[in-house]
Amino acid sequence: MAHPSEPEVLDQALSGIGVDEKLLVSILRKSHMRKGCSKFFCEDERQFERWNHTAIKSLKAEFKRFKDVVVLSLMHPWERDARLLKKALKKGPMQYNVIVEIACIRSSDELLGARKAYHSLFDRSIEEDLASHIQGSERKLLVALVSAYRYEGPKVKEDTARLEAKAVLNAIKNNDKRNAMEDDEVVRILTTRSKPHLKEVYEQYKKFSDKTITEDLEVELLLKETVECLCTPQTYFTRVFDAALRDDADEDAKKALTRLVATQESEEMKGVATKFEGKIKERVKGAYKDVLVGMLEK
Amino acid sequence: MATLTVPSAVPSASEDCEQLRKAFSGWGTNENLIIDILGHRNAEQRNLIRKAYGEAYGEDLLKALNKELTSDFERLVMLWTLDPAERDAYLANEATKRWTSSNQVLMEIACTRSANQLLHARQAYHARFKKSLEEDVAHHTTGDFRKLLLPLVTAYRYEGDEVNMSLAKTEAKLLHEKISDKAYSDDDVVRVLGTRSKAQINATLNHYKNEYGKDIIEDLEADSEDDFLALLRSTVKCLVYPEKYFEEVLRSAINKRGTDEGALTRVVSTRAEFDLKIIADEYQRRNSVPLTRAIGKDTRGDYEKMLLVLAGHDEA
Repeated sequence: MAHPSEPEVLDQALSGIGVDEKLLVSILRKSHMRKGCSKFFCEDERQFERWNHTAIKSLKAEFKRFKDVVVLSLMHPWERDARLLKKALKKGPMQYNVIVEIACIRSSDELLGARKAYHSLFDRSIEEDLASHIQGSERKLLVALVSAYRYEGPKVKEDTARLEAKAVLNAIKNNDKRNAMEDDEVVRILTTRSKPHLKEVYEQYKKFSDKTITEDLEVELLLKETVECLCTPQTYFTRVFDAALRDDADEDAKKALTRLVATQESEEMKGVATKFEGKIKERVKGAYKDVLVGMLEK
Repeated sequence: MATLTVPSAVPSASEDCEQLRKAFSGWGTNENLIIDILGHRNAEQRNLIRKAYGEAYGEDLLKALNKELTSDFERLVMLWTLDPAERDAYLANEATKRWTSSNQVLMEIACTRSANQLLHARQAYHARFKKSLEEDVAHHTTGDFRKLLLPLVTAYRYEGDEVNMSLAKTEAKLLHEKISDKAYSDDDVVRVLGTRSKAQINATLNHYKNEYGKDIIEDLEADSEDDFLALLRSTVKCLVYPEKYFEEVLRSAINKRGTDEGALTRVVSTRAEFDLKIIADEYQRRNSVPLTRAIGKDTRGDYEKMLLVLAGHDEA
């Protein structure tokens, strides 16, 4: 049986998710590998094979992944969510989708817990920090999403849901005049109604449009994600898994997977994960893989 | 400080139930007995009584009270008997309905309660009305009122004493600018009042006064016809000196021109187990007459008796 060459081993170590520790150990100190490995090393003018900067970053990120998933899993869920929210806020608009994810996927009491933990950790309320740091048009939506304490019972009024589906449709049709995300009614509906009610709104919408709300919201990513997380969380989970397990997955996509794996214990998510079993076997490695598989089995 | 007084030796819940049952039975109702018992029990004790009554007689105590009592007295006893969270949920729900709608009541509940009290009210709202408080407030308010009220009812304010003085300075300046431009419902005004902790808002308003020489309330008095402005003023008062706000509500509820029983009932029943003593002191300071005497002059019968008992005034 042909052993993979050292450059191939290194390549394997830097693709996919996580790190195959055993394999990496086996190639340590095989210095002759560097000459033949143009993907990660290039000859410097001072005659040594210099490590490609991006490759180092990737390797570090992959090693860090196990640490991250362990820390996230060990922390109390409230503290974990409070810290995730704070970090996302600090990082700026590109990470606001994390705020949407947490505010919309968590249960009412879990979100409340995160708000309490936020007080303890940062001596401020999450809503005051979001409101004062977010300048753009997404402020209204995001502040209201984290402030919600949704009713969790099954009771739903079909008539109201139908009216509200129409209101959402109107806002989307008027998209050229004003973003749907800035429409008062859309924000009201998405940030105050219960999840069962919103699922009904999602269904009712199909009667008025040949596309679903999320399909019609292709351009407004944050709003689309809000609807997805609230109405069709399975679609959201599928999207995250798919993006992270792709060959060309970027760091944010992989981080999203870590977040989901460490925080979601729902049957819904596990159901989605089983569909990706093959990809997981292929692309995820080492201790991180053990964690992932272990969590999904529980 | 509360004005509610509870006897040092409290009968058991089942003894209280028996007595209440006796008070309902027969031809009339023994209102005095009802006042004597319920008017001297704290929230936990009242909850136990309700539970015991339901178990013993298969009937909700509140339904029995509703059958036996009438008018202002009935409403006062009913509201009082509920525990604080349910009471707030009930009043808030009432305030979203068409004929009884009141932005002021919604704001009052949202701003004068502690963060946890407001939270408990929201939980009680789920349990009782199978909806969230915010969805009803959002659905039944519009425009600037909705813009202000929603953050107020969904806030879960930081309650520590930590205050950022330079932030207070910045936000005082911001508020001053917006108010000078008459931009009363500006995003930032709503943001500061709707999300900052009460300690932080207090620091900001102190800075406002130091820097601009006037109390922010004075600067919010530009237009006496503007309902939104009035709500904004009350919001500020509720957040930083609620006792003054409640004193004003009482003063206008009890005056020569007639009595606003709704407001009087609401303030007494919601504050008796919290800070009615402080409010009463403020009332006396401002009106040179004890609150209990003013209530006595303006109301009568069982309604008056119950109010006075809750306000800590007993005719031994």
